[in-house]
Amino acid sequence: MKGMDKFTGKIWILGDDIDTDIIIPTEYLALKTVQDMAPYAFSPLRPELAGKIQDGDIIVAGKNFGCGSSREQAPEIIKALGIKCVIAKSFARIFFRNSINNGLLLIENDRIQGDVSEGDEITISINECIEHRGNQYPITSLPQNLVDILNAGGLVKAMQRRNNLKGM
Amino acid sequence: MGSTIIEKIVRNNIGRAVHPGEIVTVNVDRVMIHDIFIPFVASKFEEMGFSKIWDADKAVLIYDHLVPASQVDDTRHFRIGNEFVEKYGMKNIHRADGICHQLMTEAGYVKPGDIVFGTDSHTTTYGCVGAFSSGIGYTEMASILGTGTLWIRVPETIKVHITGKLPENVMAKDIILKLIGDLGADGATYKALEFTGDTVENMTVASRMSMSNMAIEAGAKCALFTPDEKTAAYCNITLTEKELDLAGDEDAQYCRVMEYRAEEFVPVMACPSNVDNVKPVAELAGKEIDQVFIGSCTNGRLEDLMAAAEILKGKHVAPFVKLIVTPASRKIYREADANGTLAVLAEAGAIITHPSCGLCCGRTGGILTDGETVIATNNRNFLGRMGTSKVNIYLASPKSAAACAVAGKIVAP
Repeated sequence: MKGMDKFTGKIWILGDDIDTDIIIPTEYLALKTVQDMAPYAFSPLRPELAGKIQDGDIIVAGKNFGCGSSREQAPEIIKALGIKCVIAKSFARIFFRNSINNGLLLIENDRIQGDVSEGDEITISINECIEHRGNQYPITSLPQNLVDILNAGGLVKAMQRRNNLKGM
Repeated sequence: MGSTIIEKIVRNNIGRAVHPGEIVTVNVDRVMIHDIFIPFVASKFEEMGFSKIWDADKAVLIYDHLVPASQVDDTRHFRIGNEFVEKYGMKNIHRADGICHQLMTEAGYVKPGDIVFGTDSHTTTYGCVGAFSSGIGYTEMASILGTGTLWIRVPETIKVHITGKLPENVMAKDIILKLIGDLGADGATYKALEFTGDTVENMTVASRMSMSNMAIEAGAKCALFTPDEKTAAYCNITLTEKELDLAGDEDAQYCRVMEYRAEEFVPVMACPSNVDNVKPVAELAGKEIDQVFIGSCTNGRLEDLMAAAEILKGKHVAPFVKLIVTPASRKIYREADANGTLAVLAEAGAIITHPSCGLCCGRTGGILTDGETVIATNNRNFLGRMGTSKVNIYLASPKSAAACAVAGKIVAP
């Protein structure tokens, strides 16, 4: 996640209430690794999607993204697919925390959804704005400690870094 | 502009005014870890490179889901927990005293205005004494143990104002179920609930606890009651000026205000298999049942057991119906024993179990199978929660549950 201050990616569009069962259905949770589960991401809704997502892509979704259970695999799989960022009108609370802690960038914005089409490219400047065809959509800035968690690649790594800095 | 309760708690914690939507880092006053997640917390804590808990006296470890062990691997959790407590010098550990959410306030770990996190979604319970408390994952718990801090997003507040006198057969549980039905399962996501009005002012802390416990079922981050003389008596403290000020200001900003008349509430149940699928008991009457469960961190308190006993006194549970009663803590168990409540329940045919999470987490003590129906006083009726995915779970108040146990079918109390 280093060097993420500004990046451009192709977008995939999803709707409202994308729950954690859509992100990864319960039946695949018993697979051994997140990489094994990733091909089944979003399969109840769009079975073809996981195969098409490429490294650096971005998801743009509606409200209440990540609602449902607390499974930490949901953000881990989205990250494993190569998604660099999820933009949504709103996120379910536990999913939001799990995502930051697993190093997945989330941005809340409720204006861009009506203006973009699937496959468009957008540019994200962290803590500043989203750019799409010359239009700018301001984004609320993330505090430095959350940026640090994201840049470290998740909370475990951020804590390891913190503790190493202290010579532990 | 004035502040809501949650805005005041966060302001007092970080030393400056805050507004909803802002992300801030708070100093944690207390944390709770239960037996299910202690192995994960312990391994993440060490993987992160910590060698010391920031303040070992602020951490509480409670064994409740697995007590006593019902599967062969369960005691592994106790072993890891005991080692962790020993290694890091924790003193606050409960190995068989009751359910975590009951013990956190009952044993005096949480005070008004505190900020508390737990590895359980029903950590919202401590809002009953005016504390900001919420559930988190085990990775975050490990980081709090090391740092004593956590980032939070200051939530908007939904005010729920209830006035008037509740009907005899209606309990706090009916109010919170009705509210969850009205809000929907995501209606309070990210948000704080704040309860006001003379109906909640007249409620016991135990009743407030039933309501704050279930706030998460509408997605809420926390559910707050203003501390008052009942809170002070329950917590065995004298309220400070700061604690007395934990009320929403007249000019505070609420994202939504919901108003209810207490007289209009009726006994309700959450029907299979969503907590927001709420219907009046009268509409469900006549459905045959197999089992009744009275207990849990939602409704296993003394007033709940006494309400059930009042209905069961001199009567007997219907043939073929199992009535399982699980006090929420050892203290409650002993009080219910001392005042004769347990004797009335036993006389009526109840199976009285040790204090624990018991049947609520579906691991022991009354697991059901396909096609069976249970009336339960706990907080979740999700698919498979108490046995197979084809068990019908109806969530109800202790009064409704007791009335159903006698009738052998759904009836209003």
